[in-house]
Amino acid sequence: MSKQQNIEERLWEYIDGRCSAEDRLFINELIATNQEWKTKYQELLELQNLLSHELQLDEPSMRFTQNIMEAISKHHIAPAAKSYINKRIVWGIAGFFICSIIGLLIAGMAQVNWSAATTSSTQIDLSKLNNVNFSGFFNTTYTTIFMMINVVLGLVVLDMYLNRKKQAYRNKEAS
Amino acid sequence: MQTGPGDNEIIDRVLRGEQALYAHLVKRYQNFVFTIALRYTPNREDAEEISQDVFVKAYRSLADFRGESKFSTWLYTIVTTTCITFLRKKKVTIHSLDNEHIFEAADNQNSAFKANQVEQKSKAKAINEAIKLLSVDDARIITLFYQAEQSLEEIGRIIGIDPNTAKVKLHRARVRLKEKMERYYSEIVDELTS
Repeated sequence: MSKQQNIEERLWEYIDGRCSAEDRLFINELIATNQEWKTKYQELLELQNLLSHELQLDEPSMRFTQNIMEAISKHHIAPAAKSYINKRIVWGIAGFFICSIIGLLIAGMAQVNWSAATTSSTQIDLSKLNNVNFSGFFNTTYTTIFMMINVVLGLVVLDMYLNRKKQAYRNKEAS
Repeated sequence: MQTGPGDNEIIDRVLRGEQALYAHLVKRYQNFVFTIALRYTPNREDAEEISQDVFVKAYRSLADFRGESKFSTWLYTIVTTTCITFLRKKKVTIHSLDNEHIFEAADNQNSAFKANQVEQKSKAKAINEAIKLLSVDDARIITLFYQAEQSLEEIGRIIGIDPNTAKVKLHRARVRLKEKMERYYSEIVDELTS
């Protein structure tokens, strides 16, 4: 960072009131005694004043508010997300994944030949990790069936949940 | 200066069924929302469409406003996401004005501009025009900080960045704005510093 950039950055912090009391005193002194700091400070202060007082807001068309009020008259305020997100479902899904991961880890650990590792020297032989037979674990027919049942159950639960939500919305519309 | 009932009070009443009161919120924030939208697109019709969409979305999601932040901060977050979605749909390219060619074009336009008009330009016009020469990111952060009066923490929440990053971005935006002022509105800058 160049000296000029550093001065500007510190002066902006000073102008925004975001520097520490210690820095403020130090910069106060620099502005009072150092011509370079004084000139730069005045320059930035002018820009700050322009930005704070002279920036103009653009205005939309005259009918803007009316257009919005007409548009919202066709809509209802949607219920707050927290009112229809069932936390038990979220925790259920999280629990399912955590159990699956723990199950996979236990099954994987069970396949490791631990005695082979203890008979070797003090160094850990990482190639032993290859003893975990993942292919056998994932390619069995049982695993495929298990996964398919889970997917189908998941879709059924999702369908039930969405139907209930749709029904609740219709009831609200009707009332 | 805000007059009349506070934002949270209006929101409570709108949520209890007084839909007409929403017009107060629209009137209070329409210029801010429209100005921010104009930072993304130079087309006023597009900016107005975005702004309307923002207020309709905000109305529909009003129950989700929990009052943990200012209503304006929540609203400007919707503006930001709506603008990005709108531009993505329209496939509008956001040009960075740090591009050399655009500078050249601006220079050419500027020489004629300088000859005829600069002397009559007010400081206010100069600063407002200089902001239009900035990139979307720079113009947006300056608008949020100075016009929408959002703190760095709130700006961070609106555009999804850390407050410290917002501070750095604001600093860079001001440096670039000053460069543009010095380059294109030197007469006014000289007048300011003299």
